[in-house]
Amino acid sequence: MATQIRIDAKGLHYTSLNQKIRAAIADGVKEIIIDNVLGQRFIGNGIRGDDVTITVNGVPGGDLAMFMSGPTIVVHGNADHAPGNTMDKGNVIIHGSAGDAVAHSMRGGKVYVRDNIGYRGGIHMKQYLEKRPILVVGGAARAFLGEYMAGGLLIVLGLTGIPPIEERGVGSGIHGGEIYVRGIIDKNNLGVGAQQIPATEEQKTMIKPIIEDFAQTFGLDSVPLLTSDYSRISPASARPFANKYTWE
Amino acid sequence: MCGIIGVIDKRRQSVDGAKIKEALSMMNERGSGEGAGYVAYGIYPEYKDYFALHVFFDNIRENKAALDTLLEKWGTIVHDEQIKTYEQPNIRKVHTPWRYFFRPDRSLMPKSTTPDEDIVTHLVMKINAEKNGALIFSSGKNLGVFKAAGWPEDVADFYRIQDYQGYLWLAHNRYPTNTPGWWGGAHPFNLLNWSVVHNGEITSYGTNRRYIESYGYKCTMFTDTEVVAYLIDLLVRKHGLSEKMAVRAFAPPFWEDIDRMPPKEQELNRAIRLAYGSALMNGPFAICVANENTLVGFTDRIKLRPLVTGEYGDRLYISSEEAAIRRMEPDVDNIAMPKAGEPVIGRVIS
Repeated sequence: MATQIRIDAKGLHYTSLNQKIRAAIADGVKEIIIDNVLGQRFIGNGIRGDDVTITVNGVPGGDLAMFMSGPTIVVHGNADHAPGNTMDKGNVIIHGSAGDAVAHSMRGGKVYVRDNIGYRGGIHMKQYLEKRPILVVGGAARAFLGEYMAGGLLIVLGLTGIPPIEERGVGSGIHGGEIYVRGIIDKNNLGVGAQQIPATEEQKTMIKPIIEDFAQTFGLDSVPLLTSDYSRISPASARPFANKYTWE
Repeated sequence: MCGIIGVIDKRRQSVDGAKIKEALSMMNERGSGEGAGYVAYGIYPEYKDYFALHVFFDNIRENKAALDTLLEKWGTIVHDEQIKTYEQPNIRKVHTPWRYFFRPDRSLMPKSTTPDEDIVTHLVMKINAEKNGALIFSSGKNLGVFKAAGWPEDVADFYRIQDYQGYLWLAHNRYPTNTPGWWGGAHPFNLLNWSVVHNGEITSYGTNRRYIESYGYKCTMFTDTEVVAYLIDLLVRKHGLSEKMAVRAFAPPFWEDIDRMPPKEQELNRAIRLAYGSALMNGPFAICVANENTLVGFTDRIKLRPLVTGEYGDRLYISSEEAAIRRMEPDVDNIAMPKAGEPVIGRVIS
């Protein structure tokens, strides 16, 4: 049995494509390369297998790796909305940019985006016990980064020549988890319920291995990233909206 | 959820509808098969001086004579014919699409500065409100809307959209949510040379509708998007705003952002918000608006719907998804995501 297969996705509907992926994994294939991907949604949805790697050549549609638990998906191209949606375990590595709601409701694993992401990156990310999802963005993010975030770790590095974030609502409604941004964000762009404090040496030490891993993944020099100052955006209190929904 | 795509060639080089059909169809997940449509600019060069009226008749024998009479009362029917359609298994032909090339008699609207357009607008509003088995769904010059209840590829094949050559196209794949899908509710919505496709929901529809109806427009399509066509006609054609300022009125900056602007900017943005408060559109939306020279794309102020732009040579593409643009132009450059509430504008340069 071959441990590697290539799938030509040209003109293939996502249902057939996902059936091929699942059949290959069931047959023991460890490396799946998909060429000519254009707009197919839901690639790798719900698949399992920690030792499986899928390479996507092209521009996949939305909800890449949704509910995925274990495999690694590498995209050579831009991803659309919500890659890593409710993902449980594994890695999504995007050599390009991604659309809105990246890592939507993600509950575990890692999503690395080399370039920029759209609006509402990391919306509703969560964590529980050992499950702690990580989203790292090499470039910049748009408004409402980490909206309603309940857990996990989100890092934005601002490497594409524009500041990490210049739009409103960062951490709007955040009540768990933490966002690290290289440099500092305009306080007017801080969302309701979020606070910004310079990252401590201890916190920088905590994110160091993640930044090193990110830099290695994309062949970047990690030194300037590690010597930079970071800001930490976190919930202003444990229950920032207690008065909004309940009366005690 | 809906899928939208638009393309403008700034030097008016034509493209046929084959590729836009393919691009729209690959976003079928965004639709429900209850409505799809296309608009192409530059398709009637031999009749370019006349208003091309596209009409859905419920029944030719019963409904056409009355419309002919009304049009003859307000001007001249230069030519009229049935719009060629090709039977599709998945489309129930509940209306007969017809086209008229119409020249209004401008002496009948002596007090207007734009008598031709005002006559045509009057006729469109009157016919569509009376609901006597005729509905005018396209009324510009040298352009035409082609739409029906069905999937994008079926609607395209129904009209053989590949047989039309246009330098500017909009297309839409509908997922109706608040009202049932029907032929008149499919996008694009059109009035005169304005066409609109929209993904989302305009929750301020009631306010916008009351506002626009106070200027004589009538909302008759049982869905929110038509107000956008009428609002842009009012703000740009009647009030003389630029497209950019019209979008500013529809999706203006938040008050707290205006407070932080330089004084002159503050004054302008306050004036727009105060003058056009009732034209402000709330809710999630991504919209493409076109006229004969321009393609404009914009989203709501907090970006609740996707919009991606790309360029290739003289062409500007705007769509819900990057992949749809790449389906039309694999080598597209400058893929970008417009900032929430800010328009991306492509104009013809020759």
